Amino acid sequence: MTFFSGVLALLQAADPNQPPVSGTPFFLFTIVKMIVVFTVYMIGVALLTLAERKISAWIQDRHGPNRVGKGWGQPFADGLKNIMKEETMPAGVNKPLFVLAPILSFIPALTAWCVIPFGAPLPTRWGRIDMVVADMPVGFLFILALTSLSVYGIVLAGWSSNNKYALLGGLRSSAQMVSYEISMGMATIPVLLLAGNVSLNTIINQQAWGGWNVVNLTVAFFIFMVAAFAETNRLPFDLPEAESELIAGYHTEYSAMKFSLFFISEYASMVTASALMATLFFGGWDVPFTSHDNIGPYSGWLTLLSIGIFLIKVLFFLFLFMWIRWTLPRFRYDQLMSLGWKFMLPLALGYIILIAAVMLGLSAADIQPGRMYATILGSVNVAIVIILFAILDRGRIISPAYGRMHPREIERMRQVTRRAQLAAEANR
Amino acid sequence: MSISVKVVERPVDDVSYVRATLRGMGSTLKHLFAVNDRVTVQYPEEKSPISPRWRGTHRMLTTETGKAKCVACGLCPTVCPANCIKLVPGEDEEGNRYPLVFEIDEFRCIFCGYCQEVCPEEAIHVGRHYENSEYSREGFVYDLQRLMDQSHPVCEMWDPEDPKGE
Repeated sequence: MTFFSGVLALLQAADPNQPPVSGTPFFLFTIVKMIVVFTVYMIGVALLTLAERKISAWIQDRHGPNRVGKGWGQPFADGLKNIMKEETMPAGVNKPLFVLAPILSFIPALTAWCVIPFGAPLPTRWGRIDMVVADMPVGFLFILALTSLSVYGIVLAGWSSNNKYALLGGLRSSAQMVSYEISMGMATIPVLLLAGNVSLNTIINQQAWGGWNVVNLTVAFFIFMVAAFAETNRLPFDLPEAESELIAGYHTEYSAMKFSLFFISEYASMVTASALMATLFFGGWDVPFTSHDNIGPYSGWLTLLSIGIFLIKVLFFLFLFMWIRWTLPRFRYDQLMSLGWKFMLPLALGYIILIAAVMLGLSAADIQPGRMYATILGSVNVAIVIILFAILDRGRIISPAYGRMHPREIERMRQVTRRAQLAAEANR
Repeated sequence: MSISVKVVERPVDDVSYVRATLRGMGSTLKHLFAVNDRVTVQYPEEKSPISPRWRGTHRMLTTETGKAKCVACGLCPTVCPANCIKLVPGEDEEGNRYPLVFEIDEFRCIFCGYCQEVCPEEAIHVGRHYENSEYSREGFVYDLQRLMDQSHPVCEMWDPEDPKGE
């Protein structure tokens, strides 16, 4: 109970003196926030396609796009091209679903962003404006619910295309996303335990006082990151697209702006996942090494600074997404499944129990959330991380193709091979 | 023949995932910042060097008076394996032979360079040149004037005395 009252105290401390805006100003400011966030988001996504191409080029010792306005105009040239291209409607597609699928994959990726706080509250004459489009008390649960929806777009695209490759891509994506969603949800439970709430602002405030979660809950961050890669269908988990196996996977039959929507939604969900990682594990908009930014008095400068900090954190994760994409090869499908179900999920479950036990112990020892609390949590975390990565590094978790075979079976296959070689020699 | 599957033992003791991944990431990061290692040739602005023995579109060399060196001997249309040279010989008042019509269909040409090798007057040459786009098919039939107007360097034929071109 001491812990929860401590969190409650933090919450009250974080509450500014000014009441939030209400009435007509609230309505107007929300609309302004929606428009600004949407615009920044879409332009950001467009620039991300350029960033991806540039980073991939640099990693491969190339220059990347540098013709249309020194390269900066490339996203707009791409957009123009996509609008001008023909919208193909292949024979045999299920038309309503074929048209609906890109929309269904685009909207959840976009909407999830609306509950993520991106800056310190801005004080105005009419009251305090929270730098979040919709400050929902269910915050994080809303995001989990919406990101689960994006799988429908991909599955419907695969199914309605009436194409075997698209169907396989859609099936893979449904299995992959359902598997990793569980690990993702489980990985965040330690975070929610520490914060004692699912509202993202509470989680940020808790980290401002108790240290970033990545320091205290590294394993949870690791699981969450891997699951986020799987959820956004990025390499090394891009099996739904898998261009070398499935042409283009679920969007094989799509062209022009409908294809572009899938593309945009991939980048949009990348941005959302990056923002989530920054919020849940890297303190969100919290300015590092300071504490006054969370109690106020708030000011416009502080808001700008915190937005900048948040942007830097998100950009770092976006870079990580791209960096990993151009480094790691794709998992095999059975490896993907066994990693998700046999490793990530048990690990996440065990970690919840462990963190809960540590918190219970700390609470029993009457240690208040603070420096001491964070130190103990951090040192427990270091021990777990060292053990976990030592095991992971030995490569007994991601099994080879014959991993599930009985040794007798392997011996039998060897004998068959030997006999075949003997027969070949006898024929010669 | 029965199926033959090669089963290889996994070298479990040598395997590493985390360290290998981190090393891979380090490698890509190193390339990301290796600005001076970018290998792309920015084509229209900079061009990669071509061999002195490059055989491209033809060029007819001229004498000091600006006339074609060709004496219309007919060796090049004879030797041409692609049959792409059209030559109609003519003769002036002093009895000098010259080409009335000399056309090379660059679409038919296979750029073997036999015409240059066989030419006794060192008149027709294949050139060190590769940017030949045209808007029409007819544009690829080069007449005598066009062949004389070309100014790009010509191919250096292979010399048996100096096979490596040193």
